[in-house]
Amino acid sequence: MAEHKKIDEATGVETVGHEWDGIEELNNPLPRWWVLTFYATILFAIAYVVVYPAIPGLHKGSDGLWKWSSRGALAADQAAADKARGPVIAALAATPIEALPGKPDLMEKAVAGGKAAFRVNCVQCHGAGAAGSKGYPNLNDDDWLWGGDLKTIETTITHGIRFAGDDQTRQSLMPSFGRDGILPPEQVSDVADYVRSLSGEQQPNAATRRGAAVFTANCAVCHGPEGKGGRQVGAPNLADQIWLYGGAKADVVASVTNAHAGVMPAWGHRLDPVTIKMLAAYVHSLGGGEKFAPAPVVAEAAPAAAAAK
Amino acid sequence: MRNPAPVATGLYEKRKAVYPRQIDGKFRRLKWAIMAVTLTIYYATPWLRWDRGPYAPNQAVLVDLAHRRFYMFAIEIWPQEFYFVAGLLIMAGIGLFLVTSAVGRAWCGYACPQTVWTDLFQHVDRFIDGDRNAQMRLANAPWGPQKIAKRGLKWAIYLAISFWTGGAWIMYFADAPTLTVDFWSGHAAPVAYATVAVLTGVTFWFGGFMREQVCIYMCPWPRIQTAMLDEKSLIVTYKDWRGEPRASVKATKADPAGKFGDCIDCNQCVAVCPTGIDIRQGPQIGCITCALCIDACDRVMSQVGRPRGLIDYATLEDAAREQAGAPPTPHRKLIWHPRTLVYLGIWSAIGLALLFALGTRRHLDLAVQKDRNPPFMLLSDGSVRNAWTFKLKNMEGRPRRMEVSLDGLPGAVMWTDTVGRDQAARSFVEEVPADTIEPVRVYVAAPKGAREGDVAFTLRALNSEGGRDRVETRFDAPEEEHEGDEH
Repeated sequence: MAEHKKIDEATGVETVGHEWDGIEELNNPLPRWWVLTFYATILFAIAYVVVYPAIPGLHKGSDGLWKWSSRGALAADQAAADKARGPVIAALAATPIEALPGKPDLMEKAVAGGKAAFRVNCVQCHGAGAAGSKGYPNLNDDDWLWGGDLKTIETTITHGIRFAGDDQTRQSLMPSFGRDGILPPEQVSDVADYVRSLSGEQQPNAATRRGAAVFTANCAVCHGPEGKGGRQVGAPNLADQIWLYGGAKADVVASVTNAHAGVMPAWGHRLDPVTIKMLAAYVHSLGGGEKFAPAPVVAEAAPAAAAAK
Repeated sequence: MRNPAPVATGLYEKRKAVYPRQIDGKFRRLKWAIMAVTLTIYYATPWLRWDRGPYAPNQAVLVDLAHRRFYMFAIEIWPQEFYFVAGLLIMAGIGLFLVTSAVGRAWCGYACPQTVWTDLFQHVDRFIDGDRNAQMRLANAPWGPQKIAKRGLKWAIYLAISFWTGGAWIMYFADAPTLTVDFWSGHAAPVAYATVAVLTGVTFWFGGFMREQVCIYMCPWPRIQTAMLDEKSLIVTYKDWRGEPRASVKATKADPAGKFGDCIDCNQCVAVCPTGIDIRQGPQIGCITCALCIDACDRVMSQVGRPRGLIDYATLEDAAREQAGAPPTPHRKLIWHPRTLVYLGIWSAIGLALLFALGTRRHLDLAVQKDRNPPFMLLSDGSVRNAWTFKLKNMEGRPRRMEVSLDGLPGAVMWTDTVGRDQAARSFVEEVPADTIEPVRVYVAAPKGAREGDVAFTLRALNSEGGRDRVETRFDAPEEEHEGDEH
């Protein structure tokens, strides 16, 4: 057949011999290694289909020889992450929360872990930025109902507040002074004026002077003689600028009339101690965390003094 | 019959083996020199030391991926300064254009790693198998003990060079002496072994077997260069008006009146070509302009007593002039034409801009990120608190004390997690470790009744050489709700 070889004059390249209306096809063969590489990719593709899930079925695809799945890969990744976290978790478990501030590296990890746990468990009430809302305390500020050092926060999270399922839960109950008829409405109004005057929201006048007497008789036992609150019973500081249920006259009247008794679940029933420790570290890190009282002996008698802050 | 019977031609073509003959000459020596320089740079650079003090590695050129640093002698580049590396890469690209414009495919012929390593491997071929003819004889010989021994030895040398090549590469990414010890004691990272394996394999295969196929079929650069070459580009040219028609020395002597050209058709230009082409067919994609055919032809021309330069570097424009009878233009004059100058201008401008940026960059930096949720906090004394995360960046190779101070917002104070609110002031001092970004939580509280407004933070290094940075940002505060409460 070689006698039929035609050479294209312009390029000097042999033609394959086809011709369409004077147009001829040059024969520039592909390199052989190129086509062998192409065959190799086909073999690779076949092997891929065999070992990986690739063939679609009516309800599910083929499993593949290696039984790989994205769920399995995720589980493996999570197991690896858990394993990598293992030493930190163990160190946190072995460290009492009082010792955490002495270990800045561990503290940093605890705060990071607490931030993640907070987003899952706490944001529903306290908000994504832990800023709370009416009735749900803001955790960023320097005002604490039950105390703001690490240990106290850990206890609060573990046992909750007024939570029926935990016998160590933080417990207190303000009487519904108006609804239960303990105070007549005009005295409720007077005491509300007096309470507002403690933080400068209201100028002192006859009503506040009358209210002061009512306060001393009815409220000072929990909220303190100067209205600065009491942390043993979670009584809010009434002399500061922060109002959990609103600081307008109507809000304060409503609070005195009906009382509030906010509830937080005892997370000790749902979360492991390390997670709670991390949550406490995170809440403490938000900017309002308090230092431990100087010595444990003093700490026993301190809450009232600490509440005066 | 319009169509003749189809010709039985293969659709796929086996590689035509190339056995370039050894040659000596001007360009061959240049190629030796460039090979020596480029290989020395490649293999030796990671072993150069450069003292940067106790807080930074002392390797002169180091791409420290683990710590996100790029060291090159006195220059240290952080990831956010990657534009320096991008600038270098752009310079390398423009540099290729510049070289192509000035001296054609000189990159392909002399400096491309594929060319350098192929050249090296072809010398291994000659060392083991002998020159062109011996190599061809051996290739056609049946497999026997001698051929097996020679092939085994040759491939072992290929493999040794390839391994050394792959091994040198990883030294750029870690402290070379440490990594060498780790590598041989089995303690290096798996990625180091994998990289060496891949690079060894690729060098072995590309340098030992693929060779010119990489240039002709795989590399995009010859195609780009085809588009960049014009009649002013320096290319290896066979001066066909001088060489044709070809005839042997004997035939010319036998017929002195015959109009024979200078080419004696000795095929030496083809024999020495590392890509196996015939330059007498004109410019073509397989020609990497290594100029070994010029060396070969010059030698033959001097042997037969004819002037050199039948094959020579020339531009198409100059070749046409020469054909018309003008003397050849010196090469150095062909290099400088407007396109070369434009590329040189762009290339130098980028280089100068990078140098300027390097010389004037700050070695400290303050970045502030404000808490968005909540944007502000009311504290129990009625003051308004905003919180930021500051990033204090110390790019010096030693620890520095830095002071951050607050501008604007009368009466406001700031504190951090370490300073504490009881020591809040208008500024705080932070010890920033060497070569580090130090994150600091910063709280700013303005007295009761504060309104939202502008606030600025100034960072100042307290050591002798100083340096400062300033960031302007916003302070958020509640709207006038307290007045609204007064009914």
